Amino acid sequence: MSRLLTMKDVHIEGRSDEVWSPIIKGVDLHLDKGEVLGLIGESGAGKSTLGLASMGFCRDGVRISSGSVEFDGIDLLAASAEVKRGLLGKRIAYVAQSAAASFNPAHKLIDQHTEGPVQHGVMSRAESEADGIELYRKLRLPNPDEIGFRYPHQVSGGQLQRAMTAMAMSCRPDLIIFDEPTTALDVTTQIEVLASIRDIVEEYDTAAIYITHDLAVVAQMADRIKVLLKGDEVEEADTREMLAHPKEDYTKSLWAVREFKRPQKPAVHTGATPVVSVQNVTAAYGKVDVLHDVSFDIHEGRTVAVVGESGSGKSTTARCITGLLPPRKGVIEFDGVALPLDYRKRNKMQLRQAQMIYQMADTALNPRKTIGELIGRPVQFYMGLTGKEKRKRVEELLEEIELPASQYIDRLPSELSGGQKQRIGIARALAAEPRFIICDEVTSALDQLVAEGILRLLARLQDELKLSYMFITHDLATVKSIADEVVVMKDGEVVEQGPKVDMFKPPHHPYTDLLLSSVPEMDPDWLTNLLTERGVDNIGDAAVDKMG
Amino acid sequence: MSVWTILVLVIGGSLLGGWLFRKAGQQATGNKPFFRDMPFGVAFGYVFGAAILFWVVYTYILARTLPQPDANKYFFFRIAIEGFILFSIVAWLFRQAGRSVGTPLTRKLFRQMPLTASFGLLVILAYAFVSIFAGVLAPYGQEQIIPGVAANIPPGGDPAMGGNPDFPLGTDQIGRDILSRLIYGAQNTVGIAFATTCLAFFIGGSLGLLAATLQGWLDQVLSRAVDVLMAIPSLIFALLLMTIASAWAGSERWLLTIYMVLIIAVIDSTRVFRLARAVGLNIVVMDYIEAAKLRGEGLNYLIFKEILPNATAPLLAEFGLRFCFVFLTIASLSFLGVGIQPPLADWGTMVRDLAQFINFAAFAPQVAAAPLLAAGAIALLTVGVNFVVDWMLHRSSGLKE
Repeated sequence: MSRLLTMKDVHIEGRSDEVWSPIIKGVDLHLDKGEVLGLIGESGAGKSTLGLASMGFCRDGVRISSGSVEFDGIDLLAASAEVKRGLLGKRIAYVAQSAAASFNPAHKLIDQHTEGPVQHGVMSRAESEADGIELYRKLRLPNPDEIGFRYPHQVSGGQLQRAMTAMAMSCRPDLIIFDEPTTALDVTTQIEVLASIRDIVEEYDTAAIYITHDLAVVAQMADRIKVLLKGDEVEEADTREMLAHPKEDYTKSLWAVREFKRPQKPAVHTGATPVVSVQNVTAAYGKVDVLHDVSFDIHEGRTVAVVGESGSGKSTTARCITGLLPPRKGVIEFDGVALPLDYRKRNKMQLRQAQMIYQMADTALNPRKTIGELIGRPVQFYMGLTGKEKRKRVEELLEEIELPASQYIDRLPSELSGGQKQRIGIARALAAEPRFIICDEVTSALDQLVAEGILRLLARLQDELKLSYMFITHDLATVKSIADEVVVMKDGEVVEQGPKVDMFKPPHHPYTDLLLSSVPEMDPDWLTNLLTERGVDNIGDAAVDKMG
Repeated sequence: MSVWTILVLVIGGSLLGGWLFRKAGQQATGNKPFFRDMPFGVAFGYVFGAAILFWVVYTYILARTLPQPDANKYFFFRIAIEGFILFSIVAWLFRQAGRSVGTPLTRKLFRQMPLTASFGLLVILAYAFVSIFAGVLAPYGQEQIIPGVAANIPPGGDPAMGGNPDFPLGTDQIGRDILSRLIYGAQNTVGIAFATTCLAFFIGGSLGLLAATLQGWLDQVLSRAVDVLMAIPSLIFALLLMTIASAWAGSERWLLTIYMVLIIAVIDSTRVFRLARAVGLNIVVMDYIEAAKLRGEGLNYLIFKEILPNATAPLLAEFGLRFCFVFLTIASLSFLGVGIQPPLADWGTMVRDLAQFINFAAFAPQVAAAPLLAAGAIALLTVGVNFVVDWMLHRSSGLKE
């Protein structure tokens, strides 16, 4: 195999507050023709920056301070703008994380597809159009002959991501950089995108750098894996080698994250009054019903995980319970007493008992308030504590979520990391001393190690304070680790529900089965086996559709 | 040479020059990326800019060296260039001073400040100082007709040109000191504009945030009412209302000023309403607002403790811009004779009173400068405030991540 890309001792710096600080601290990278390299690491590890640098490109406010980037004998750092123009898009292509944000909403997909080949003089417009349709077919997009003539908003997220891969392929480049192409997608959709990317990369013998934070995904895609931590390389090895025998402690800790499991709790007494009982709830946005006859109970000290894809009605159910969206039909009971359906009609006591933790800690915390104010407000509002007593309680709460009070109490949310912000969200919910907490995708925006810390914290708090959780998630690994009972939702209906042990044992409802089997595993052969099992035309969206 | 020939020569020359410039740069620097990757448009821009700079310098030298009366043609050009250089130096000195004096916080502020912003800040501070201490600074009263002094003394204070050193900026059509009236004008015009803007923000800001928070029918009623008010050209609407108001005010002329403040505040509050509502709508969808609602918080807490702190940056920036517009509206109304009433000194009225002197611009520029002094005072403050607002907008967008 011949060498395609060589990066030697690359240092990259970013500018903040008029100071250049290092982002990448001397990383070597090499890639042969037709090889797929997986870059993994937490957010802030410099994966995307390194990926872009391999194209000789930097974002604004970032510079490559030293090192060399050589692509097929061309020194990209010294190359003129003209030389780079000839390479980028033609021989090196880029697939961004959010295809929805990367396509121009004002142009049809095929118009954007043909732009590259025509500009680079590879094909004529007509040839490129025909070729685009061929690529759409290979990427298993539905209606390949027509889909290109739609606008980006008329196509689903997973399909857009594949259209973008087709666009990157349009000039048959030697190298494609995939920057977290499936992170924003549902598990069932993810499989489809992964399978089609893998096939097409293999078919045209394209080299690729696959950036992700999901180990199981990278295990399917890459021939070789490189682990990054805070701009430094931790280790690099062939995929099978790396999965079987990780050398460094950091890598081992990444591998171990998925092993957090809680002990099985004894069964709930029959006849015990559940803390929260959702009974036959039907809810609508406007005139369209989005929830149909949803019922489930949540008992004291238990976690009920509500699972489903986006659009399945998980968050809507939460909005019904909190009273933000009064259901059209049905009853919400708390401790056996029916709650007013509209939150404005609930009294302070009722509001206090049910708290919520949000997915995006960034938007859930007022950016202009200090941590002390954020947590102090419910303390003052519900408990009537002021002055020193309030501060003391806030400090207690901060200890509870494992953040040193003296250090954090006067900070603003922007001065905290993602995981710390999520902890503040938890502390704010705890400050109301509730019995029931709704956790809406609380870990899905976090890195695996951080997410695990949050899960452990929630589990500990549950044991100490006898809290009940409704845990909304699309990540089945999280369900496995934290749930006592599972509710599977699809299109606003409960498909299946029961104790976790039963849910993860066959026989399943076919939809549950599909969800379960779509969760990537760390086995590099998992995707291949799954595809053989399901048959090529029966994966992802297609499988969901077949089920009706 | 006709204008067209010159135009073709300059642009054609710059096109050719740009190409040569880039070529020469590549040769001289051994193909450094700066010249290697320079697009032709940029190279053209450099040469064209240089040509314009050359013209400016050449004309300025002409203005300094030509004998009278030819130099008069370039009088205002000379003043503009000298003023620009003077203000740049003063702004630079001000920023240097700010960097070495004050608390660490203000020093950091001055370190990151562009020159335009420090200039704007200096102008605002100077105007504030002058309007607060107008009574002390002004040599004469604003309505004082000084006995024994001629009317219409041209500015400059040069007896050879008909000036009087005791009245460096001259006197107006009934013999009042223009310098004193300018100083008092700062107090009247700027003070009234400031009060009006505050009122406009109070009305528009609170209603806008209220509409954003409550939505529903209240939002509809307020927004449609604002649409109706905005559909009428604001200056003409203000003029119309002022005419009606002057009938109400009757002989109580001071009442007219209060009516004017109210009228302009209401008209301008519609713009503030729109902004506050738009900003508010972006904030109310945030999860922290939902969390506060679910906590059971009241409307007051929601608006003043949760929404307002997040809306201050854009609202403050709008305050600066709105202040300029209000200020210009007042000056326009005064110029038209329905604004601030005589004998109060006001820049708009001063421009109107001395307007006929502008005809002297070609042969006696110093005389023509008399009405332009007040106009210049208006322009300077507007530019200054806009510079500061630009900077604040830039900062607030940078802070938002």
